[in-house]
Amino acid sequence: MSRLAVPKTYKLYIGGAFPRSESGRTYEVLRADGAFLANVAKASRKDARDAVVAARGAVSGWSGATSYNRGQVLYRIAELLEGRRAQFVAEIEEAEGASRAVASAQVDEAIDRWVWYAGWADKFAQVTGNANPVAGPYFNISVPEPTGVVAIIAPQDSSLVGFVSALAPALVAGNSAVIVASERYPLSAISLAEVLATSDVPGGVVNVLTGSPAEIAPWLASHSDVNALDLVGAGDLDWVSLEIDAADTLKRVLRPEGGADAAAPTLGRITAFTETKTVWHTKSLK
Amino acid sequence: MSFLEYAPAPESRAILSLRDQYGLFIDGEFVEGRGTPFQTISPASEERIAMIANANAADVDDAVAAARRAYDRTWSKMSGRDRGKYLFRIARLVQERARELAVAESLDNGKPIKESRDVDVPLVAAWFFYYAGWADKLDHAGLGAGPRAHGVAAQVIPWNFPLLMLSWKIAPALAAGNTVVLKPAETTSLTALIFAEILQQADLPPGVVNIITGAGDTGANLVAHDDVDKVAFTGSTAVGRAIAKQIAGTDKKATLELGGKAANIVFDDAPIDQAIEGIVNGIFFNQGHVCCAGSRLLVQENIHDEVVERLKLRLSTLRLGDPLDKNTDIGAINSREQLERIRELSDIGVAEGADRWSVPCEIPENGFWYAPTIFTNVQTSSRIAREEIFGPVLSVLTFRTPAEAIAKANNTPYGLSAGIWTDKGSRILAVADKLRAGVIWANTFNRFDPSSPFGGYKESGYGREGGRHGLAAYLTPAPVGQAAVTAGRTGAKSVSAGRAAAKPATAGRRAAKPRIETKDAAKTTRSATPAKKGAAK
Amino acid sequence: MSGTSLVTARERALAVLGGEPDDQTLGRYLHGIPGVDAVGLEQRAAGLGTRSIKTSSKKWALDKIISLVDLTTLEGADTPGKVRSLVAKAMNPDPADPSTPRVAAVCVYGDMVPFAVDALGGAHGDPDDGLISVAAVATAFPSGRSSLEIKLADTAEAVAAGADEIDMVIDRGAFLAGRYGQVFDQISAVKDACRRADGTSASLKVILETGELVTYDNVRRASWLSILAGGDFIKTSTGKVSPAATLPVTLLMLEVVRDWHLATGHKVGVKPAGGIRASKDAIKYLVTVAETVGEDWLVPHLFRFGASSLLNDVLLQRQKMTTGHYSGPDYVTID
Repeated sequence: MSRLAVPKTYKLYIGGAFPRSESGRTYEVLRADGAFLANVAKASRKDARDAVVAARGAVSGWSGATSYNRGQVLYRIAELLEGRRAQFVAEIEEAEGASRAVASAQVDEAIDRWVWYAGWADKFAQVTGNANPVAGPYFNISVPEPTGVVAIIAPQDSSLVGFVSALAPALVAGNSAVIVASERYPLSAISLAEVLATSDVPGGVVNVLTGSPAEIAPWLASHSDVNALDLVGAGDLDWVSLEIDAADTLKRVLRPEGGADAAAPTLGRITAFTETKTVWHTKSLK
Repeated sequence: MSFLEYAPAPESRAILSLRDQYGLFIDGEFVEGRGTPFQTISPASEERIAMIANANAADVDDAVAAARRAYDRTWSKMSGRDRGKYLFRIARLVQERARELAVAESLDNGKPIKESRDVDVPLVAAWFFYYAGWADKLDHAGLGAGPRAHGVAAQVIPWNFPLLMLSWKIAPALAAGNTVVLKPAETTSLTALIFAEILQQADLPPGVVNIITGAGDTGANLVAHDDVDKVAFTGSTAVGRAIAKQIAGTDKKATLELGGKAANIVFDDAPIDQAIEGIVNGIFFNQGHVCCAGSRLLVQENIHDEVVERLKLRLSTLRLGDPLDKNTDIGAINSREQLERIRELSDIGVAEGADRWSVPCEIPENGFWYAPTIFTNVQTSSRIAREEIFGPVLSVLTFRTPAEAIAKANNTPYGLSAGIWTDKGSRILAVADKLRAGVIWANTFNRFDPSSPFGGYKESGYGREGGRHGLAAYLTPAPVGQAAVTAGRTGAKSVSAGRAAAKPATAGRRAAKPRIETKDAAKTTRSATPAKKGAAK
Repeated sequence: MSGTSLVTARERALAVLGGEPDDQTLGRYLHGIPGVDAVGLEQRAAGLGTRSIKTSSKKWALDKIISLVDLTTLEGADTPGKVRSLVAKAMNPDPADPSTPRVAAVCVYGDMVPFAVDALGGAHGDPDDGLISVAAVATAFPSGRSSLEIKLADTAEAVAAGADEIDMVIDRGAFLAGRYGQVFDQISAVKDACRRADGTSASLKVILETGELVTYDNVRRASWLSILAGGDFIKTSTGKVSPAATLPVTLLMLEVVRDWHLATGHKVGVKPAGGIRASKDAIKYLVTVAETVGEDWLVPHLFRFGASSLLNDVLLQRQKMTTGHYSGPDYVTID
C-alpha cells in the first residue's frame, strides 16, 4: 500500500519568517501538464510593505558585515543547495516539466552562480574602486557601497537559476532584497528561502514574495524606501510605468531582460546596485 | 577708509570682446535660433550683456542631427588618439583664454572673480586634460576591452558653475567617443558660447559638439529627442525626476546630478580654525549655489556656542559686492527668481522659530544680493533643515554622539555630499563609512578634481562624473564575443549558460519591448539616410 | 614701553592652567588645545594671500610696513660701523623722501646695543611715539644652547646697555622633549631679567624657531606656552633656520593671539621674522593680521616684521607709487 504523501505549504519569506499572505490569499500553481501542483501564497501590497520594512531593517547589519563574511555566507548557500539538490531537481522537473538532465543542469548552474558571486564579495570593491590621484594634498579614494533595499522582479521563465541569478548579485555588495518570484514557477524560490532560513543569511536580507508580479510590482516601484528596482523579469508587465513610478524617488532601475538566461552573471549586476562613495582627506606631515 | 575695506581692485573687462548677440552653435557654426531670443544680464548690476538665441524644437532637431552625422561620419571613426589630441587642444585653449573666460563667467553668473579665476576655469582646463588622456585608453575604463560610445549625448547643465559643468559633461563624452548637444542654463549661456569659439579655434570637426541655448523647454526637447542615446543632467531633483520619467522605457542612459542638503559634521575635537574655514567654504562658496554645499551644520552640542561665535566673527570679514573685484568673497545671487526663493525659505525659517543672523554688510543698490546668513536653533523638522535653499544660508543643528550625527546626517532624501571634522582618524573612517553620500570631505570641504568621482546617493541622482567612473558613464561594454569577457561566466556546462553565451551581453540593457525595437529600427533607417538637412539654416 | 608685570603674567597663567606650570599641567593643557589641519591652514593663508591691495590701500600698507619693521643685522661680522649704518637707515629710510616713516626698531646682537643706542641718540624711544627702539637678541641666540645663568646674564646685560626689547629663543630641545615646565620657567626667568632697576621692563619677544618645531601643532602649543609664560610677543624665527617666517605659521600664531585675547582680554604681539623680502609678501601679512585679529594689531607694540632687505623693496614700491614709474636698486641705499 502506498503511503499518503504530505504536501508542502508554500508561504512567503519575510524578515526570516514564513508568514502566509496577510490577505489570506493563495493561488494554484500547476504542473507543466496542467495538473494541480501546489497552493502558493499570493502576496498583497501589505506583504510587500512588510517585506520592505524587513529589508530595510537588515541593511545595516548585512552591509556592515565584512566582505569576507558576506562571501562566506553566500558560499554557505551553495553548500546547502548542493546538499538538497535532489529536492530542487525534482521540484523543477515537476514544475517545468523538464527532463532530469535539464533540471539538474539548472540546479548545478544555480549552485555555481552562488559560488561565483560569493567569490566576488571581497573583490568587487578592489576592481571597481579607485585611488584617485587628485592634484592636491589629499588622500582620495572611491569605493562602491550598497545602494540599500533592492526590489527585484525575478525572471519569469525559470524556477531557480533565474531567481538566483537576479538575487545573488544584489546581495554581494550588502544590499538587502525584496524579490518577487516567477509567478508560474514559484516553488523553487520558496524552497530556496527555506535554505536561506537555515543558512547564515540574516533574516530580512532576502524577502521572497510569491503571487502576481503585476499586482505587487507597482507597490515596490513606488515605495519610497526602496532604493533600486531590478525589472529583469518584468518584460511582460507594464514595466515602463514601473520605471516611471521608480523615478519619483530616483531609484536605480535595471530594465527587463528577455531570454532563458536573463540576468546572466556579470560584474555589472553587482555594481548596478552600488553607489560610488568618494572620500577625501587632507594629508600633511606638518 | 580703513585698510580692511581695501581699495577697489576690479578685474579688467577689457579682455572681453563680447558680441551683441549670440547664435546657436550647430554643426561647427553659429546660426540663428528660431525661438524668441532673450537677454542675458549681469546679476550684479542687472545690465544687459548680450542677446542670446533661443532654440526651438526644429533647432534641437538640427543640433541632434548634426551630432548624429558627426558621430556616424567622423567621431566614431576617429582613433582614440586623435580624439584625445582634440581634447588636449581644447584644454590648452582654455588655459590660454583663462582670464577672458573667468571675467565672462563672473560677469554673467555673478560669482566672485577670485573663484572663477582660481577654481572654475583652472578646473575646466584640468577636466579636459584629464579626459584627453583617456580617449585612447578606453580598454582600461573598467568595462572590458573595446567598449563603445553611446552615440549622441544630450547634456543639460545648471547656472551655478556654467563652464565647469560644461567641462564635466563634454570632456568625458568626447573622450569616450560620443558626440554632444549641450544646453547651458538660460541665465548663464555666455561662457558656453565663448567655449564654442574655442572649439572653432581647435578645429574640432563640425557637429561633434553643438551648443544650443534656451530655457527649460529647449532642454526638455533635447532630452526627449528620439535620436539621443545618453542624457546627462545636472540641476534640481525636480527636473531630474521629470527626466527620469521621460526617458523611462527608452534605451537612453542617464547620469543625473541633482540636489543636496549636505551635513557638515563638526566634532568637539575638530581642528577648529580649519573647521570654521571649512564651514564658510562649505556654504558660502559661490554664494551657496552649490548642490554639494554644506548647508546643514551639525555641530557637537558642547561646542555649539563657541563654533557659532567664531563663525560670526569670521563671516564678518567676508566682503560682499562687485563680482569682478578681486577682493570680493560673496558675489551676486544668480537671478531674481533664485533670490526670491532664498528669501522665501529664510522667512519660513524665521516663522518656524529659528534664529536668523546675517552679516551686517552693505547691499548694492542694483542686482541680486543676499547677505551670508546663519540660522541657529534649527530643528531637524524645519524646512530650512530639509529643503535645498541653494543660497548663502546655513542651518545649524546639534548632535551629542557620533551615532546621532550619522543618523541626522542621513535623515534626508538627498545624499550628495557630507563633511566630517575631527582629529580622530578612526572616527573619520567609521563615520565616512556610515554616511549615505557620494562625496565625503574629511577635514576639508568643496574640493573637486577631474580624477575624483562625484555624484549622489538617493534623490541626489545617479551616475558619477569625474574619474574613471565618469568616463564609464559614457561607455557601454563591447558585445560579448567581440571583447575579452568583462565578467566571466561561471564556466558552466549548463544548457542555459551555453545559450546565453551566444547572446550579446548588452541585450539585457535593452528592453525586450516592441517600442524599443521600433526605435532601433528607426535608428538604422536614420543612419542609412544621414544628411537630410544641413543648409536649411 | 614695558610689558605686563611678571606677577600678573604668572597669575594669569595659573588661572588659565588651573595649576602650577609644571610639565604635567602644561602638557595636559597644551595637548588639549584643538589640533591644526595643515592643509586647511595653508589654504586659508593662501586665500588671504590673494587679496589684491591697490592704490590708496597699497600706499597705506607700504608706509605701515616700514613703521613695523625691526631693521635687523645679526651677523658674526657685525661691527659698530655696520650698526651705525643700520641705524642711519632706520632713522631715514629714504633720503630722497622725508615723508617716509621710520622703522619701529633696530635689532642687533647684545654687544652691539651700546652702539645702536649711541647712534640713535634722540631718536631712541618708543615706536608708538614715532621713535625707534633697540631690540637685542639674547639667551644664546640663535641656538639657545647654554645654561640658564648665561641666558639671564646675556639678557640683563643687553637691558642694562639700553635695549628696549629682548628677542629670546626658547629651548626647542626641551620643548620637543616635552619639558614644557622648563621652557616656561626659562621664559619667566628671562622675563624677570628684562626688568630694569627703575621697575620698568624691556619688552620680551619669544622666538619659537618654528622651522625647528616643524609641525603646526607644535607651533600652536609653543605659542600658548610662550604667552602663558609672559611673552609680550611671539616671534617665528631667528632667521638662521630655514624655513623662517611663513604666512601659514604667522596666521596660526595670530589665531593663538586672537584666542588668548578673547579668553583673557590681554593683547600679545606677533613678529614674523626672516624670509620676508618683498613688499608684496609683507602686504599679505598685513592682510592676514587685519582679517585674523583686526586692524588694531597693526601697531608697533603688537606687530613687527623682522627683516632687513624688505625695507628696500618697500622703498622701491613706494617710489613707484610716488613717481608713477618703476625705480631701481641704485635709488635706494644699502646699509
